[in-house]
Amino acid sequence: MMKLEAIIQPSRFESVKDALREVGIEGMTVTEVRGHGRQKGHTEVYRGREYTVDLLPKLKLEMVLPDRLVNTVVDTILKTAKTGKIGDGKIFLSRVEEAIRIRNEERGESAL
Amino acid sequence: MKHMVWKCCLLLAIVLAAMPLYAWQSSSSATPSSQSLSPSPQAANSLGDKVAQLDQRVTSAQSSADNAWMLVCAALVLMMTGPGLALFYGGLVRQKNTLAIMMQSFMLMAVISVMWALVGYTLCFGGNGPVIGGFEHAFLRGVGAEPNADYAGTIPQMTFMVYQLMFAIITPALITGATAERMKFSGTVLFMVLWFLFVYAPLAHMVWGKGGLLNAALGGKFPTLDFAGGTVVHISSGVSALVCALYLGKRTGFPKQPMPPHSLVLSFIGACMLWVGWFGFNAGSALASSSLATSAFAATHFAASAAALSWSAAEWIKNGRASALGAISGAVAGLVAITPAAGFVAPMPALVIGLVAGAFCYWMVTRVKAIFGYDDALDAFGVHGAGGTIGALLTGVFASQVINPIFGAGKAVGGVDGHWGQIGNQLVGILIAWAFALVGTLVLLKIVDLITGLRVTEDDEIEGLDITQHGEEAYNLEA
Repeated sequence: MMKLEAIIQPSRFESVKDALREVGIEGMTVTEVRGHGRQKGHTEVYRGREYTVDLLPKLKLEMVLPDRLVNTVVDTILKTAKTGKIGDGKIFLSRVEEAIRIRNEERGESAL
Repeated sequence: MKHMVWKCCLLLAIVLAAMPLYAWQSSSSATPSSQSLSPSPQAANSLGDKVAQLDQRVTSAQSSADNAWMLVCAALVLMMTGPGLALFYGGLVRQKNTLAIMMQSFMLMAVISVMWALVGYTLCFGGNGPVIGGFEHAFLRGVGAEPNADYAGTIPQMTFMVYQLMFAIITPALITGATAERMKFSGTVLFMVLWFLFVYAPLAHMVWGKGGLLNAALGGKFPTLDFAGGTVVHISSGVSALVCALYLGKRTGFPKQPMPPHSLVLSFIGACMLWVGWFGFNAGSALASSSLATSAFAATHFAASAAALSWSAAEWIKNGRASALGAISGAVAGLVAITPAAGFVAPMPALVIGLVAGAFCYWMVTRVKAIFGYDDALDAFGVHGAGGTIGALLTGVFASQVINPIFGAGKAVGGVDGHWGQIGNQLVGILIAWAFALVGTLVLLKIVDLITGLRVTEDDEIEGLDITQHGEEAYNLEA
């Protein structure tokens, strides 16, 4: 099992979600987050006072996948989340030891 | 017995015939008495009585029209404070202080109204002293359906009283823009009550009250033109706001920590309500549904528009963008500046006043504030103090006797009429208003500081005034 975390542009979320559903992804957890990588923020001016807003709104997708789906999902996200500009986000993959369904204590990939 | 009846009939006929004659005489000498309106068939036949009836009806029709307009204006001016100003300021503060600033405006609606009924009205408009009114109308004694000919001869004095009340509410509410996000609720209420009694009431009496030192129409020594409150409302509140900001000190974290407005949508709605309400404020200051009210209405509108444009243009040149906050701030600056001039100037001078005010106030809140470093949180001084001052000066330049022959028919009023000395009178009015607001506010702040304290603790300020002063939050979106 692999855990996939993807930080993406909020504007691309709907496309990513639809494409993932088409490749058979049934569940995900989405969080509204703020942050920045190489992308610079922007400046806001209120009555002459300038504020640099360098933490920009992003969405974080988290899902735990059976190994066979990992490549498909990564490809799908790469294809749909990309705008080609700085600030498109990143994907992180990490190995997961165990998954347990709380309702019936099922374990392993069948709990996903 | 038959003779007696005939004699009685004759006597009655003579009396009835004499009545119209009496009515004629009484109507020609003074205002028609209600007796002359009695629908006796014989009386109605008399020409004199018909004239008297007509006279009464014309007066009553004019009074009805003026009264309807003035009651609507009173409601419009109240709307400027709540929700207008409350939304405008509420959007400009950070989320944690939204309710606190709105509550300050709302509490003033309640507190000043009560004060007004007890002593406020009489201190402003009773008596004829040069500095402060008398106590003849304390507890609203003698304020009823009869007009007060000194101020507004066609509407019930009760209407005049309630209209002026709305001005007394918004003026202290404007100051809360400078003390925002750090002043105690208790201190705010106490300060505002004292400020209303010792700064607003004398100034209102000096400028608008009979015999007031600065009154232009009712025998003032330095006739300052102030149609709707440039000195009384905007200079007084704006200058007091500056004193408050300096006395209180900066908000914790200012200017390093970002403090952007939490909702410009609220501010936008508030500013638009201020614009609409201002028609009641300025056009209503004609105190009648007259052509002067129309003139003031138009001047008000054009000045607001021009100032929104000039502030936006200044911003565009400086930052490369015109912001929504800039446009609405400019409109308010224009409304402030046209306030003293509204009933004295034609539309073209109104455009000039607006253009100047928008650019001037932009410069005040961006450059001047930054140079001196005071934390006038929501720019009550930069907009109301500065806009009110420039407006009062320009009123002296552009006031025209064609619009309002306040000094008598054919007599020059402002500079463009050839009466440049009026600018001197305006300066005296401005200086007195500045000095009065400065000294009065400083003394009152000291007193309130000793009684309740003025500033919340740093911890409370960081947590926010909504929770620490009122025990609630503006947005419980997840509730």
